[in-house]
Amino acid sequence: MSFIVLLAVIALAVILYVVARTTLLGMTFRVALKAIASNKGRSFLSMLGIIIGVAAVIVMMAIGQGSKESVRKNISQMGTNIIMVRPGADMRGGVRQDPSSMQTLKIEDYEAIRNKASYIMYTSPEVSSSGQVIYGANNTNTSVYGESLEYMDIKQWQIEEGTCFTEQDVQSAAKVCLVGKTVVDELFPEGGDVIGKTIRFKSMPVRIVGVLKSKGYNSFGMDQDNLLIMPYTTVMKRLLAQTYFTSINCSALTEELTDQAIEELTAILRENHKLKDGADDDFTIHSQAEMMETMSSTMDSITLILVVAAAFSLLVAGIGIMNIMLVSVTERTKEIGLRMSVGARGIDISIQFLIESILISVTGGLLGILVGFGLCQIATGLLGLPTSIPGWSIILSFAVCTVIGILFGYIPAKKAANLDPIEAIRYE
Amino acid sequence: MTNQDKTNKKVVIELQNVRREFQVGDETVKALRGVSFKIYEGEFVTIQGTSGSGKSTLLNQLGCLDTPTSGEYLLDGVPVRMMSKNQRAKLRNRKIGFIFQNYNLLAKTTAVENVELPLMYNKKVKAKERRERAVKALIEVGLGDRLEHKSNQMSGGQMQRVAIARALVNDPTILLADEATGNLDTRTSFEMLVLFQKLYREGHTIIFVTHNPEIAQYSSRNIFLRDGQIKSDTYNDNILDAAAALAALPKPQD
Repeated sequence: MSFIVLLAVIALAVILYVVARTTLLGMTFRVALKAIASNKGRSFLSMLGIIIGVAAVIVMMAIGQGSKESVRKNISQMGTNIIMVRPGADMRGGVRQDPSSMQTLKIEDYEAIRNKASYIMYTSPEVSSSGQVIYGANNTNTSVYGESLEYMDIKQWQIEEGTCFTEQDVQSAAKVCLVGKTVVDELFPEGGDVIGKTIRFKSMPVRIVGVLKSKGYNSFGMDQDNLLIMPYTTVMKRLLAQTYFTSINCSALTEELTDQAIEELTAILRENHKLKDGADDDFTIHSQAEMMETMSSTMDSITLILVVAAAFSLLVAGIGIMNIMLVSVTERTKEIGLRMSVGARGIDISIQFLIESILISVTGGLLGILVGFGLCQIATGLLGLPTSIPGWSIILSFAVCTVIGILFGYIPAKKAANLDPIEAIRYE
Repeated sequence: MTNQDKTNKKVVIELQNVRREFQVGDETVKALRGVSFKIYEGEFVTIQGTSGSGKSTLLNQLGCLDTPTSGEYLLDGVPVRMMSKNQRAKLRNRKIGFIFQNYNLLAKTTAVENVELPLMYNKKVKAKERRERAVKALIEVGLGDRLEHKSNQMSGGQMQRVAIARALVNDPTILLADEATGNLDTRTSFEMLVLFQKLYREGHTIIFVTHNPEIAQYSSRNIFLRDGQIKSDTYNDNILDAAAALAALPKPQD
């Protein structure tokens, strides 16, 4: 296998050599290479702009793409089929109300969804609060979520120690809870078994029945382990004494059925709330997939801004190349005059200079890609930034470099082609 | 060559009342004020004149680098005045061999590659033929043993030989030399004249522009230019032999 590859490489090299030796274009290439090689320092300096520009673009795209992928991964780990129903879009005397203060989601809605919705797998009402939780001399601030048993299935959370609370606990509004790892660490710094221990949230004693498996920080920087989960009845009756929900979380049968599930939920809730046709919903429904889209497009905009900023350095690099090419044309005026007097047309001369500037910018681009790869390795290795270099960005870099070469080589090439051979040949 | 011989010879260059004027600021400079002559195939013509005589302007006309303001220039029967830049480039490529005072070789490039250059701009000539013709031209000028030497490894005389080979390689109608010995010492200058006389005997048409009257003695015809007009145009019935002159030169002393 490697023998065949070797043969192919040798054949290609021979073909390239023959082409370079025998055709006008090949010769023009060699002339350009010679011109670049005879001014190594200067050529490298003009390449440097391109190298830095391309590397910057590659790194920015890689970081953007990497972050986007990691956000998507995080969100899909949360479950892409999750649907959240929140109260909202309520108008009282023309004043839009704060959704959290609204009381449109009630136990009847929860039951209607459970009984009627056919595209919904799991449903859990949610009431939330936050405050101080105490064990002995230790305390911490945390959030409390009142949920049903199905919440664990919706979120695909797992219990590391102990068990979940039971249906019985929900019915009786039992003072039991599941705790996140952060809360455990804060309240029980010495470690030991925490199952069965009674902690106090605000003034209410509550018994720990299970510890949630750690999920770490999410991509928004939120600690997903700093929470308590209780039966929603406990939070509603014993803690907050309220009859409405903060939200209702559901999961669609599959991710693909999310849209149908949202339509169905809307219909059920509108009927339940006796909304007339044409009246606004007094709730809002979001899906996780939708959020993912929003996040992705936000990340895309940020990436775009970064890439555009980096691309400006490519523009500057192009001007650098043009500058060097103009010097090169002046330096080689005599050579141009000679070529013209032995029969080179203007176009032959301009192609020669265009090839030279394209060679500089494409070689710079190639080195820039390598540098970009290296920087991405460093960014991931030392800084822990997620990077992923999209394949098309490499093709794009090449294309952009070629365009820069042509664009900024054009003026010097035209200048060379327009030289008067009489003056050029006698130029000192 | 006598006047009787000329009638049988082909006219390669014909100038018909050629004028060339330049606009310098508000002033019109008349560099050529009606120049007419014919050059026949196989002539070795020197064009002489002091600076300002219109020598360079005439050379540019003959080399198709420039076109007349009025009059007509026929190169090998082809009228040049109305030609476009690209047409003239092609004409130079096929019919003219230039030899410059400063050789104008490509830097860091081998002799063969330098000589191949004009053929590079002729698509009809393929690589193999190009190389063969370049080698043949280099052998002709006596550099058969220095094919792969680079221009910066050669002496002035050798460089000028490469330049002459480059001028010969496209088998031109005329060889156009501009002060071709101007940068060389006496001995090497005579070596070049020997080479030019050899080419003359082989039937090449040579036009040698110079301000050095000595060279005129070695050519077949002398045209003198003054103030943009022909002052004299004479045939040289007693062409000196450059080889004999070279042999008679005192040996260089250490």
